[in-house]
Amino acid sequence: MAKLTFVGGIHPYDGKELSKDKPIKEILPKGDLVYPLSQHIGAPAQPLVTKGDRVLVGQKIAESGGFVSAPIYASVSGTVKAVEPRRVVTGDSVMSIVVENDGLYEDVGFYPIAPMEKLSREEIIEAVKEAGIVGMGGAGFPTHVKLSPKEPAKIEYVIANCAECEPYLTSDYRRMLEEPDKVIGGLKVILRLFENAQGILAIEDNKPDCVALFKQLTKDEKRISVRALKTKYPQGGERTLIYAVTGRKVNSSMLPADVGCVVNNVDTIVAVYRAVAEGRPLMERIVTVTGDAIAHPRNFKVRIGTNYSELIEEAGGFKGKPEKIICGGPMMGFSMFELNVPITKTSTALLALSKDEVSAMEPGPCINCGRCVEVCPGRVVPSRLADYAEHFDEEAFLENNGMECCECGCCSFICPAKRPLTQEIKSMRKIQLAKRKKN
Amino acid sequence: MSDLLKVSSNPHIRSKSTTVGIMAAVIVALLPAAGFGIYNFGLRALLVILVTIASTVLTEFLFGLYKKKLTVIDLSAVVTGLLLALNLPVNIPLWMAALGGVFAILVVKMLFGGLGQNFMNPALAARCFLLISFPLQMTDFACDAYSGATPLAIIKAGGGVDVTDMILGNTAGTIGETSMIALVAGACFLLLTGVIDLRIPGSYIVTFIVFIVLFGGRGFDPSYISAQLAGGGLMLGAFFMATDYVTRPITIKGQYLFGVFLGLMTGIFRLFGPSAEGVSYAIILGNLLVPLIEKVTRPVAFGKGGRRYEK
Repeated sequence: MAKLTFVGGIHPYDGKELSKDKPIKEILPKGDLVYPLSQHIGAPAQPLVTKGDRVLVGQKIAESGGFVSAPIYASVSGTVKAVEPRRVVTGDSVMSIVVENDGLYEDVGFYPIAPMEKLSREEIIEAVKEAGIVGMGGAGFPTHVKLSPKEPAKIEYVIANCAECEPYLTSDYRRMLEEPDKVIGGLKVILRLFENAQGILAIEDNKPDCVALFKQLTKDEKRISVRALKTKYPQGGERTLIYAVTGRKVNSSMLPADVGCVVNNVDTIVAVYRAVAEGRPLMERIVTVTGDAIAHPRNFKVRIGTNYSELIEEAGGFKGKPEKIICGGPMMGFSMFELNVPITKTSTALLALSKDEVSAMEPGPCINCGRCVEVCPGRVVPSRLADYAEHFDEEAFLENNGMECCECGCCSFICPAKRPLTQEIKSMRKIQLAKRKKN
Repeated sequence: MSDLLKVSSNPHIRSKSTTVGIMAAVIVALLPAAGFGIYNFGLRALLVILVTIASTVLTEFLFGLYKKKLTVIDLSAVVTGLLLALNLPVNIPLWMAALGGVFAILVVKMLFGGLGQNFMNPALAARCFLLISFPLQMTDFACDAYSGATPLAIIKAGGGVDVTDMILGNTAGTIGETSMIALVAGACFLLLTGVIDLRIPGSYIVTFIVFIVLFGGRGFDPSYISAQLAGGGLMLGAFFMATDYVTRPITIKGQYLFGVFLGLMTGIFRLFGPSAEGVSYAIILGNLLVPLIEKVTRPVAFGKGGRRYEK
């Protein structure tokens, strides 16, 4: 049963008006392109090229490193300059392929493998896998794995995550307005994999134009419907989204498929469409460049591998001096310490803020106000979990459902004592997840 | 420029609410009751309020100097001082009021680790300390305007009271407890600003009403019930003391349970105890049970024990 919302959550300033009204602008890279071999969850890709090789647009330059992995394609034509460790947004050094752009954009030629109606389930999944598609909402989980649950017949809902609940981000919004046919087309491709499933476009109700547009476009589709969800962060989280759409609950040890759901982000669905219908691998994505320190905020269609600093130039440079630059949204994004890093498959946004609220605030003692408990969509007690994490009390952390935290950041946001609750819980969860893997 | 960017873990934005803001809201919400107390009992009430606040603030300041960590800026000492003053009779010797302030901050709060660490409401603990140590001065409510007996004491002795006066606050009692209207006005401000919610006050008051209807010996008698609600420290306690963040359960179910417990205890103390009052002791006792209440009301995590759906 559709609830259209969830318990908990917050209403931060959404900042979407900065960039939502300008159409997406396609930009071409100027400098070298850098393709980290780990742009997804799972095994790193294996390079297929070496220094000096000439590559074409759409040429596979790195092969999948296992089942949970994804290949990587060149997004420009040019010469491989190096295969060496390069810094990525998280600050880690990752083995990467560096390509010098020759500006010719010679491509390998893109052809759909067969008319869509004739494709079998296996062929569709193979096409998605070969195209190197991963969850483009930020998680980077290989999409072909998501699309291959053990029992496809038991999937009842294919949910297109069009919530875009992160403040400031408008890339999904622009994509929906400008290429709605591709979103619906991609959803139809995925629905072909699950004969018993209904396709659902789940859109937050702060985008009434998208809701109306999709309702209009899908009014004759028997298997696709639109749901307008209440606007609240983190509505676009996988668990809160499934709950809002179906009333079913997924915990940390379950997969969406356990409750008959498959969830994919808008950009991912468009990538699936292009891979299957046009035979184009994943080579570009839409990135929102925004924030009060950006001169002309807007969305850009960018080739993967482009340097972040080029995005800033395209957006007219900085307005004043930014204090903080974030890759992604303000709730779950990473703060960056340099801009000389490449855009990857999971780069959703670049947000430059002229003031960093966080560093200006001194954390005080917890006054037990319970606001974190009220807003937590995971229904745990964040202030206590953070305490256990701080004192490294693993037993109490696990006993009090610490692993059910989805790291959405609501608790840190709301805390009047400005305690870094999410950060503490996250670090403990990381340790516990690593332990789980070992055993 | 790379060395100039600020880096921290997500989230990168924060809400506007702050600890100081919350404390300031509580102070504002207590002003109607304090103002009415001064109007009702005269300027000496103001003197008691000022002395108590000075005592709590100074104690926290001096302790902060000793610990080299000044925390007095968070305004919580002002809240404690004001609450304590509102719980004192107007005739209390000033040194006694000051002693109460020192006890509240030093013994109940700072020695247990300061703000957020105390397990009892400091103002109430200090009131109970004074009540046990100086029972005569603490229960002497006689002043120019009133003979001395509080409405609840009159009811307990079998006398009649004017409920309208009790709701307005024209009765004997502690400085801040007499006017139900002033207290409810302050409580509404806290409810509207989201500083408190109705879980604890609601379950507390409802339980108390049920208890006195069942055991009060008067059945469902509206004037008796309103007198019990308006009299004594119930309104002050339910909206301003039982809702004290630090000493109430953090779990949502626990807050309901806490309110029910307070309602029962207040009913028992008022009906069967030697005194006509019972709110302070009920809340203090409730504070002690908080860890236990939290343990049995731990929330069920989202999707915990989740059901897998099969077609």
